[in-house]
Amino acid sequence: MSEIKTLTELMKELEEQLVVCMRCGMCQAVCPLFAETGRESDVARGKLALLDGLMQEMFKEPKGVYERLNKCLLCGSCADNCPSGVNVLEIFIRARAILTGYMGLPAVKKAILRGMLARPELFDRLVEWGTKFQKFFTKPVNDLIGTSCARFAFPLIGDRHFMPLTPVPFHQITPYLNTAPGGRSGLKVGFYVGCLMDKIFPNIARAIVDVLDYHGVGIFMPEDQGCCGIPAVSSGDMKTFNQLVRHNVEKFEKESFDYLITACATCTSTIKKIWPMMVQDDSRNIRVKVKAIAEKTLDINQFLVSKTGVEEGTPGKDDRAVRVTYHDPCHLKKSLGISDEPRTVVQANPGYRLAEMPEPDRCCGLGGSFNIQYYDISTEIGKRKRDNIASTGCSVVATGCPACMIQLSDVLSKAGDRVMVKHPVEIYAEGLKS
Amino acid sequence: MIRKSLLKEFREKVGSENVFTDKADLFTYAYDAAVLDPVLPAAALRPVTSEALSYVVRLCNENRIPLTVRGAGTNLSGGTIPFPDGVVVLTNALNRILEINEADMYAVVQPGVVTAKLAAAVEAKGLFYPPDPGSQDVSTLAGNVAENAGGLRGLKYGITRDYVMGIQFFDVNGELVKTGSRTVKCATGYNLGGLMIGSEGTLGIFNEIILKLIPFPASQKAMVAVFDKMDKASETVAGIIASRIVPATLEFMDNFTIRAVEDFSHVGLPTDAAALLLIEVDGHPAPVMEDAEKVESLCRKNGATSVRVAKDASERDSVWAARRSALSALANLKPTLVLEDATVPRSKIPDMVRAMQNIAEEYNISIGTFGHAGDGNLHPTILTDRRDKTEWERVESAIAAIFDRALELGGTLSGEHGTGIAKSAFLEKETGMAAIDYSKRVKGALDPNNILNPGKVIGD
Repeated sequence: MSEIKTLTELMKELEEQLVVCMRCGMCQAVCPLFAETGRESDVARGKLALLDGLMQEMFKEPKGVYERLNKCLLCGSCADNCPSGVNVLEIFIRARAILTGYMGLPAVKKAILRGMLARPELFDRLVEWGTKFQKFFTKPVNDLIGTSCARFAFPLIGDRHFMPLTPVPFHQITPYLNTAPGGRSGLKVGFYVGCLMDKIFPNIARAIVDVLDYHGVGIFMPEDQGCCGIPAVSSGDMKTFNQLVRHNVEKFEKESFDYLITACATCTSTIKKIWPMMVQDDSRNIRVKVKAIAEKTLDINQFLVSKTGVEEGTPGKDDRAVRVTYHDPCHLKKSLGISDEPRTVVQANPGYRLAEMPEPDRCCGLGGSFNIQYYDISTEIGKRKRDNIASTGCSVVATGCPACMIQLSDVLSKAGDRVMVKHPVEIYAEGLKS
Repeated sequence: MIRKSLLKEFREKVGSENVFTDKADLFTYAYDAAVLDPVLPAAALRPVTSEALSYVVRLCNENRIPLTVRGAGTNLSGGTIPFPDGVVVLTNALNRILEINEADMYAVVQPGVVTAKLAAAVEAKGLFYPPDPGSQDVSTLAGNVAENAGGLRGLKYGITRDYVMGIQFFDVNGELVKTGSRTVKCATGYNLGGLMIGSEGTLGIFNEIILKLIPFPASQKAMVAVFDKMDKASETVAGIIASRIVPATLEFMDNFTIRAVEDFSHVGLPTDAAALLLIEVDGHPAPVMEDAEKVESLCRKNGATSVRVAKDASERDSVWAARRSALSALANLKPTLVLEDATVPRSKIPDMVRAMQNIAEEYNISIGTFGHAGDGNLHPTILTDRRDKTEWERVESAIAAIFDRALELGGTLSGEHGTGIAKSAFLEKETGMAAIDYSKRVKGALDPNNILNPGKVIGD
């Protein structure tokens, strides 16, 4: 059997899902990438056709298909708008795994994913090292948003306005928590922090702990948490992904709790949907454990509204309320159907008044490693989001995803806007203090 | 294959970032929304200026390279499937609305403007562009004109043809031909625009289109009527028209479709109903109220078991959400969906619906029928799995039987999807050989090298 034949055999696993696409092309209406490029290979229909072609042995080698498959934000807008209900994201992630397995992981990704991400302790130390040195290469650029930019031309940074690494990550401030439920809620949660919360936004992680304490919710936060695995699985690196899932499951199985909560839309949707979908079985019964953990995973906003009864406050009569707009992260709204709860959490602080932006659920354009590989397109997509935010005249934009926060900070800062980017829980926590 | 030197010329004129020759890119321009086999082109070009578009056409003609224009590729008859080793010309970079003239009520657009975007832009000015094909969120206006696309509002407002005031197109030599005008009346020259509408890219390549706009209707009233017998629904349609009421939309769903929609979206449709009519009247508020009441009583008089009139905008939305989900609901049942659009005079709808049921039984396949009862344009929708070879053969025979029946009833093979390659072999049955010969002579005169979307409409 020729090598490509081996691949086409592997692709057959996707056949039943691939045939569902009827090539109607309605995904063109919502794909943020297609809106920028107008290229069919950038939209779901084109990519599904390419995978189908690969399966039908229309290609002698898969490189061209692989490249185009990887040029995708994985925002799920297409699946959300698909008349036939094609499981676009599942197909794409599975196909990336198959193709990466067949072609091998590119060296750079291998170094990052296997050399660093797969080893949580080493990852933490490397990041600490990076924190010490970032000041030599970068300088603050927008004090209100808190972004920095490169001091001089530096290839990794380009003209990004980025959120710098925090001097002291959250796991150094608070390495471990295991508190009992207080009187009111009787609930205990596992708190999965997530890399960005830990290393860039420790203040949000702090706010979450404060809010949970306020509601009398017990917290189990194990030490040495690993990445949720999304950078690995979206690069098709199943080895690292399985390693990370196992690592996290083992950390959290040491204690019992009612819900696993995260404040990162991407981590939540990865744990809830991608873990059970993609984790490979092994002798330690990992699939059963993953399924159990996925079932009790909740976004922090959803948890606060549905389990602790947080509700909208009554805004004060004066006009001093801060006007805030809300951006729907794809991984919350399109993946998990959560859009009301974060808005409720924001409005639970009576000092804020919500004003909707146009297209609040349009992708911000970050897309994880998409932003690194296709920074120009990512920025163009982000500009539309920036314009929509700016059109509201709000001084704060809230969003339930630290990855979106990074992108919003970049595009707002580069436009010179004086708009702060906050997590809904940060806003709610401010209200509890005042 | 295209010569290297020619590709170089394309790159110079169109920009190298707009010339695609990688197989992985070409493969994404090998299909459209019709259930037909993909055909790989040799190159795809995406001109960003009119000059580049004109140049591409001329160069293809000079080099005898078959050229297929593609908007959003939502064609349901295979009209955008390229010729083997031909060139695909993408219009979606030519996507500017050039003018919206409120005083004279027209719009001028480039070929790649998305239908729904124009509709929204004119609506913001209180104007209305009524043609609303199912793919309007992505379809391009040039594609709509080239296919003579329809939609839900055909009965009262007509179809794309009724809104084309003028077209500027490139002939096969890349020369700009102007026809029509910005005026309501225009009696000069041949009606070349009429020839271009529905020509499916076989006679010329559109550069600019002037479209008629009308005032946006001030109010709407929507309702759903349920029938336990198909005939009662048909009699109601006839009754509404006979009362000289012209609803903006008058849509029909058969029992198969009702059940599929209910299973899919749980909106509370009566799954035992034989047929549903979804009706909307629009215009100034007073006559709309009057017409809505008349329609409601006509439904009841003709035996509707229930009539629900939408009380507000959100109820109206839910009426249309049910209709809009029909295709999705059916699509979710089986992997392959064949959407036909054979159309009959509206009085023949009951015969046509019965014929669909008989054909489904005779060929042992699943057909859900819904569509535009008001204008006789039904959508018999065949649900199958193309990988099942024996069933697929039965499907092909059933499609031929649907065409035959539509023609026997005085209808047409296609109300709004075009001829393309899916129906070109059947065209003679409808038009006779003389019409095809005449068309071939026209085609031969205008495109002597037969490079403009060869094989489409009139076959080879």
